[in-house]
Amino acid sequence: MRPSPRRLLNILVPVKRAVDYSVKIRVNPQQTGIDTNVKHSMNPFDEIAVEEAVRLREKHKESIKSIRAVTIGPSKSLDTLRTALALGADSAIHVQIPDTAPSPEPLAVAKTLRSIIQKKNAEASGEGDKIDLVILGKQAIDDDLGVTGQMLAGLMGWSQATFASKLEVDEGKQEVLVTREIDGGGEEIRCKLPLVVTTDLRLNEPRYASLPNIMKAKKKPIEKLTPEDVGVDFTPQLETVKVSEPPTRVGGGKVANVDELIAKLKDAGLA
Amino acid sequence: MSTNPTRLRALALYKELHRLGRDYPDPSYNFNGRMRKLFEKNRHLTDKDEIEKALKLGEFIKNETLALYSLRKYRHLKRMYPPTSLTEL
Repeated sequence: MRPSPRRLLNILVPVKRAVDYSVKIRVNPQQTGIDTNVKHSMNPFDEIAVEEAVRLREKHKESIKSIRAVTIGPSKSLDTLRTALALGADSAIHVQIPDTAPSPEPLAVAKTLRSIIQKKNAEASGEGDKIDLVILGKQAIDDDLGVTGQMLAGLMGWSQATFASKLEVDEGKQEVLVTREIDGGGEEIRCKLPLVVTTDLRLNEPRYASLPNIMKAKKKPIEKLTPEDVGVDFTPQLETVKVSEPPTRVGGGKVANVDELIAKLKDAGLA
Repeated sequence: MSTNPTRLRALALYKELHRLGRDYPDPSYNFNGRMRKLFEKNRHLTDKDEIEKALKLGEFIKNETLALYSLRKYRHLKRMYPPTSLTEL
């Protein structure tokens, strides 16, 4: 009896160059946004996404045909792609926007990802070359919007499993069993491929990109695309009117005894 | 350029530690300066066991630093994005 051919999976991992987690955020002098002249690095949730893709390959070996990283950003985003390649991705795609352009909005990002997936699937020579799994971070630590994954699934008409804390892929059945983090515990859902997964913090712990891997990553291919190539307009639909810091904390005062405390509470209208 | 295997290992370790040292969270702790002094202190070692011991110490420091970085990042993220509680609506 001939064994059925194992289906191959192609994983796409979108990553974002975001303000580094250790940076103390400051509002810029014009009060239109935050000071972006600070250290940037890959969004931690996206690191978890890349790590998950690499772990899937370590578990399923040849079934994972390719892991592609993609980012939309200025020229400095190349560093983020190199990090993804050093962590284990095979190749990368860079959609380059001007250095002075504002950060792309989630809908534009989702449309770009859809365009890339459609392009790659159209170029694919067979069913085994089509992108069937997209793993991305649930939110970016600089804007905390958390909507790109859901928008992409909606645009593509694919299944979606957000806030994933556990992934079990059955490539033979073309299904993925996902445990989602929800209020009050975990929810297990069985999803049919193609699928969009967004990663929760508890999915895995990313590895360290060692220096030999970083050197190897320099040889991996990066494809460059422009907004015209993907046919998406990145003009923001939202205008940020003002950004200001929260009011500074006023210091507390000490009271001498209980009577004074009660008097102060009465003054404040709380007793 | 010597192809001495322990020399190559020491060089690789130095490069790796140097890269790690750039991200050290405390700016007043001169990680790379201290690391260089430690390497220079041991540059004239000839005994195989001593060299091995020194390289193992270097690897240990590398792993400790990596653990420091990953714990710091994890603690920060866990604080910023706590698991959703039952009492949240």
